[in-house]
Amino acid sequence: MSKAFIALQDNEESHYIVEAIEQDNPTATVIYQPAMIRIENEGRLVINRATVEEKMGRDWEIPALHVNLITLGGNVDEDDDQFSLTWKQ
Amino acid sequence: MSNRKINMKEKYRLLTRDLDWEYSYRDYKEVFPQQEFEGIKITDWSKWEDPFRLTMDAYWKYQAEKEKKLYAILDAFSQNNSQLNVTDARYVNAIKLFLTGISPGEHQAAMGFGQVGRQLGGVGARVACQMQAIDELRHVQTQIHAMSHYNKFFDGFQDFSHMHDRVWYLSVSKSFFDDARTAGPFEYMVAIGFSFEYVLTNLLFVPFMSGAAYNGDMATVTFGFSAQSDEARHMTLGLEIIKFLLEQHPDNLPIVQRWINKWFWRGTRMLSLVAMMMDYMLPNKVMSWQEAWEVYFEEAGGSLFKDLARYGIEMPDYAQTAIAEKEHISHQVWSMFYNYGHATAFHTWMPTEKEMDWLSEKYPNTFDKYYRPRFEKWREMEAAGERFYNPTLPMLCQTCQIPMGFTDMEDPTSIFYRQSEYDGERYNFCSDGCKDIFDHEPEKYVQAWLPVHQIYQGNCGGPSMEDVLGNYYKINLGVDNMDFHGSPDEERWNIWHNLQPAEDKLKQAS
Repeated sequence: MSKAFIALQDNEESHYIVEAIEQDNPTATVIYQPAMIRIENEGRLVINRATVEEKMGRDWEIPALHVNLITLGGNVDEDDDQFSLTWKQ
Repeated sequence: MSNRKINMKEKYRLLTRDLDWEYSYRDYKEVFPQQEFEGIKITDWSKWEDPFRLTMDAYWKYQAEKEKKLYAILDAFSQNNSQLNVTDARYVNAIKLFLTGISPGEHQAAMGFGQVGRQLGGVGARVACQMQAIDELRHVQTQIHAMSHYNKFFDGFQDFSHMHDRVWYLSVSKSFFDDARTAGPFEYMVAIGFSFEYVLTNLLFVPFMSGAAYNGDMATVTFGFSAQSDEARHMTLGLEIIKFLLEQHPDNLPIVQRWINKWFWRGTRMLSLVAMMMDYMLPNKVMSWQEAWEVYFEEAGGSLFKDLARYGIEMPDYAQTAIAEKEHISHQVWSMFYNYGHATAFHTWMPTEKEMDWLSEKYPNTFDKYYRPRFEKWREMEAAGERFYNPTLPMLCQTCQIPMGFTDMEDPTSIFYRQSEYDGERYNFCSDGCKDIFDHEPEKYVQAWLPVHQIYQGNCGGPSMEDVLGNYYKINLGVDNMDFHGSPDEERWNIWHNLQPAEDKLKQAS
């Protein structure tokens, strides 16, 4: 299996997103590097809008991810409620 | 509810399907004249699906937010004289190479996506190309703005645009983008959208920018990550173009595979400059080039090619050569630049003892065996007042335009050398990858503007070194070029930080 991954800028907003990812992907690994946070998971990684909103305590839209996004690995699927990265093999 | 808010998928569909129209008074082939000549077969553009489904309103909103954040940081950076906070002045030379060698490539990409987007029959693809063209323009502008602050305090930044069209090592990145932009629209998309953006730009923007952060360069890490936030979208566009082409027609597979092979190799050669920047030009190290290569090519690229195997796509030809080269490439390229340090608009130097120890630790199979002895010799020569500069001009590879200094991975002490004949002339190559690219389209690559040939033909300002480097390249001789030790950059840095060169300390002591 391949690792799906996402890297975010290390800032206040990202910390909530990372918390949400950790909650929704219990097997994910979080790696802190200078100025960035990389999160990887075997096969699939999901970000749920509802979980991020719960962590932030305010409304949050999936496209707002673009502001803090550095890079990703995996096939992207995005709708109003969820953003996912998947390797199909 | 009558006033229902439409969802993201529906908005994207309206943007990318509803905006198109049938061409009633012009033939389709007249409207999109470049769509067929490469041999690519498209049967149904409506199958194009951009996974990000970004609509124009969301695009402007989030791009504006990125710009506001970026410029707030750039203002803070300049107001606080943050150029004083970088690890040491050697670091700034990596940024000089970035501005002269990489930023103009962003501009080339902007023009490329503008041209290519016009040629694609599908409106989804056209919208994605339009956004990417605007992104690339934003990247070059923000990079120039960020680095204009360094231009006030350090040498070598002042004529980046003039230099890009002329200087020998900058022709490596210039010719890469020229090659892509003079290809057909689908080859361009595979070259820049897929091979470069998806497979290789992580190596440029992620570990190097993290390194910039680790070296106190808030401006660079900020523009780097701001650019990279668009890159994630570009990567998915690159992946979508590959899947789309392969799902459209089985005849597309061999064409796409050949482009992947070609552009993987061209990109790998160009990134050898970044390898050197990471291993030699960042005083504080985050990871070695080899480690970055393993994470971002072998692991991430490996996952990607496993995923594409269902379409019949294989790992690029010569991926194994590139993997073997990861233990050598940065040392070889730094050696080339050290050799020609009098002909560069940035400074070079020999690593300190501590830095050499780091390289030995990170490259246990190669550094002590092949490179350390040479570097120690060069350091001795410098200490004796005979800093080594190579007085001859190098032979360049006809395809990648890098000096022929890469070695044979079977025998890392001998230079790798290949030759082809075309129309009675001989052409030289640094690798099988570069030779294959030439052999497939010799009529294209015989036209390459090779800086060394041009100098010998008298097209670069005159016969002397001063004519070429000073008048034609506009390098301020004795200021922008030569070793970092003894440079005006070093002198100013020492004054700002009340540091004394070791030599002066010795004089005072005696």
